[in-house]
Amino acid sequence: MAVIPLERKPLTLSERAYLPQIASGLKTTLKHLFAPNVTLEYPEQRPAIPTGYRGVPTLVKDPHGREKCVSCQLCEFVCPPKAIRITPGEIPPDSATAHVEKGPQAFDIDMLRCIYCGLCQEVCPEEAIFLQQQYSMVGYTREEMVNHKDRLYELGGTLPDQHFKWDKKKAAAEHGNAH
Amino acid sequence: MIAPAKPDLVTVNIDGKEVAVPKGTNVIEAARLVGVDVPHYCYHPKLTVAGNCRMCLIEMGMPAVDPATKTPIMDPATGKQKINWIPRPQIGCGTNASPGLHVRTNTPLVRDCQQGVMEFLLINHPLDCPICDQAGECKLQEQATDYGRGYSRYIEQKNVKPKRTQLGPRVTLDDERCILCSRCVRFSKEIAKDDVLGFIDRGSYSTLTCFPGKTLSNNYSLNTVDICPVGALTSTDFRFKMRVWFLKQTFSLDAESSVGANTTVWSREGVIYRVTPRRNDEVNDTWMSDSGRLLFKQVKADNRLAGIKVNGTESALDIAVNAAAQLLKAGSVAVVGSGRSTVEEQFLTKKLAAALGASVSLVSRVGQGDKLLISADRNPNVRGALVTGLIAALPAAQLTTLAADVDAGKIKTIISVGEDLAAAGLTAAQLAQISIVYLGTHANATSAAAKVTFPTLTSFEKSGTFVNQQFRIQKFVRAVPGSAGANDDLLVLSKLIAAVSEGRALSPRAPFETSFDLASLWTQLAAEVPALGTMNFANIPDTGLLLDATSWLALPFVEGETLHYKPAAPQPAPAKEPASPPTSTPA
Repeated sequence: MAVIPLERKPLTLSERAYLPQIASGLKTTLKHLFAPNVTLEYPEQRPAIPTGYRGVPTLVKDPHGREKCVSCQLCEFVCPPKAIRITPGEIPPDSATAHVEKGPQAFDIDMLRCIYCGLCQEVCPEEAIFLQQQYSMVGYTREEMVNHKDRLYELGGTLPDQHFKWDKKKAAAEHGNAH
Repeated sequence: MIAPAKPDLVTVNIDGKEVAVPKGTNVIEAARLVGVDVPHYCYHPKLTVAGNCRMCLIEMGMPAVDPATKTPIMDPATGKQKINWIPRPQIGCGTNASPGLHVRTNTPLVRDCQQGVMEFLLINHPLDCPICDQAGECKLQEQATDYGRGYSRYIEQKNVKPKRTQLGPRVTLDDERCILCSRCVRFSKEIAKDDVLGFIDRGSYSTLTCFPGKTLSNNYSLNTVDICPVGALTSTDFRFKMRVWFLKQTFSLDAESSVGANTTVWSREGVIYRVTPRRNDEVNDTWMSDSGRLLFKQVKADNRLAGIKVNGTESALDIAVNAAAQLLKAGSVAVVGSGRSTVEEQFLTKKLAAALGASVSLVSRVGQGDKLLISADRNPNVRGALVTGLIAALPAAQLTTLAADVDAGKIKTIISVGEDLAAAGLTAAQLAQISIVYLGTHANATSAAAKVTFPTLTSFEKSGTFVNQQFRIQKFVRAVPGSAGANDDLLVLSKLIAAVSEGRALSPRAPFETSFDLASLWTQLAAEVPALGTMNFANIPDTGLLLDATSWLALPFVEGETLHYKPAAPQPAPAKEPASPPTSTPA
């Protein structure tokens, strides 16, 4: 292989003096020193969560405090990492929401498995499961990382309802067009 | 059942495809033969035709003939005989195949009809799918996506009807979901012969109900749940337990009697949720009894035996096998086999008895046959014991000879393969007097008295074969893993055989050497049992194989007549029914 000798260019005076380079470096440093902060003092400060953020999946209640989940198990079916586990059950006939007939006896979401994909929210026919703004899940044991039904409702709270499907159903049964 | 006539084939044309079908086959079944799906709700192959859902509308035509001369009228455009199409649609279920019948199922008229019928059916149907147990196996769901219009034009209020009517102890009715197809009504009348269901009121007020003072409580009531095309009739036991799309289906058999009804076991992650019938036109059609559906509860019963026990203390399999072999090798042994064991287990029981030189007795269980799908013999596999040669005569209900032998001191040890000796007539004193080796699934007086107890598997946890009352060998396969601490009967039996025959002179063909895996066990079965000569476990079809029963026809079997079975005594021919063609009952 042929060797091509290259002549190294001699340094100019300003390059040999170093000072312009030091000055330009200091300029960058000083600019960031006085610029506004981009980092947050987490956990004292918390970021603003944009709408549509997919946080921890939660179960929600309707404005009347009725649990919206009817344990149809579509989320359990669609969940890619199989993080959701539901034990369906019948709502007793003497309950105030007996007309809904079916609700979850147990509802577990394993947050060690959950990949926050949001398919459960998308598939839910009752608008009962939402990925809300909670983003930090910690625990010391595997068991602590499984959200049970009570915890899911605690995290989810109440969301506004557009339809009140079951209330309409109950009203129809009581005085609408019951036979 | 009416004996099917000789197949008198006629050629019909369905969507341009010619197919030869037996005369009288209706259009739905004929179309199924050429792979064309004619949607339907009220039609069921084993019930009479009602023709009330109007979902199976098709266009029908016949070849044109000149009325005067009876000569075919040719179509000059095609050069073939002209087809006179009926201008209005006809129902497929009520249209029987006749020579030259032409059917179109994919024309705009038919599609319009299907969409119209779907729209009417969905007008008052509640939007219940998230809480409906039928979701996933619902004809209305499937056909709404396949043949519906996809959106609703109905803006008025839907009807409201009762949601939780108890029709009987096992069936719950959701009136809103009912599409009034009358399958359940026809089933109760025609198959169960317990005419309790009917419709009251008119138009959209129509409601399914029981006749006054009656309930749907017969032992076949859950079949109405199976044939309900929507979620109107639901099983009270299975209601809201699990969605069907999670359940794994395993082919199994109903072990409650010698009918051997074919079943499907539905399980998820080792838990059985329900048992439903599986179609076998020569055994149970598409039905099974309610009592057979409850048998799976024994898998998780509280009195399941949990661990191998030697003299009351927990032990390991090999230690227990050695302990049992010590008892058995001491001599004066009797073997009590079981009509509930599989053919394979009975074969090994026979080997064990041969190795011990012991006598074998079986216990019979005789109840009342219901002339449908429960026969008088409540052991599913007594004929298997005859076929394998475990016994030569039919068993008695009480082990009186054995009891007398125990009293006389001739028998010192009994090995029981799944039979409760106390229930079979041995007293507590007699049980205490002898050593018992017990293989069984559930705790009972015998397991309590036994020196060595091996917990074994229920028929839901193992694979095997039963020979039913028609001498039809049918197989079932494992639906769920065995419960903790239980061992396969075949494993225990083959280990016992090996242990007791240790040190004895083996014959040239090594008859005491056995295997517990089904494939190699079946090689041995085929070689040694003449009736099973050409079979292996894998090639037994799902609907079973009839065995040659001529050697046993003289035996006084206890079964009376049931569906597809007549006792052999009056006529010499065994109860062999030719495969009935897939026709409906002639309307």
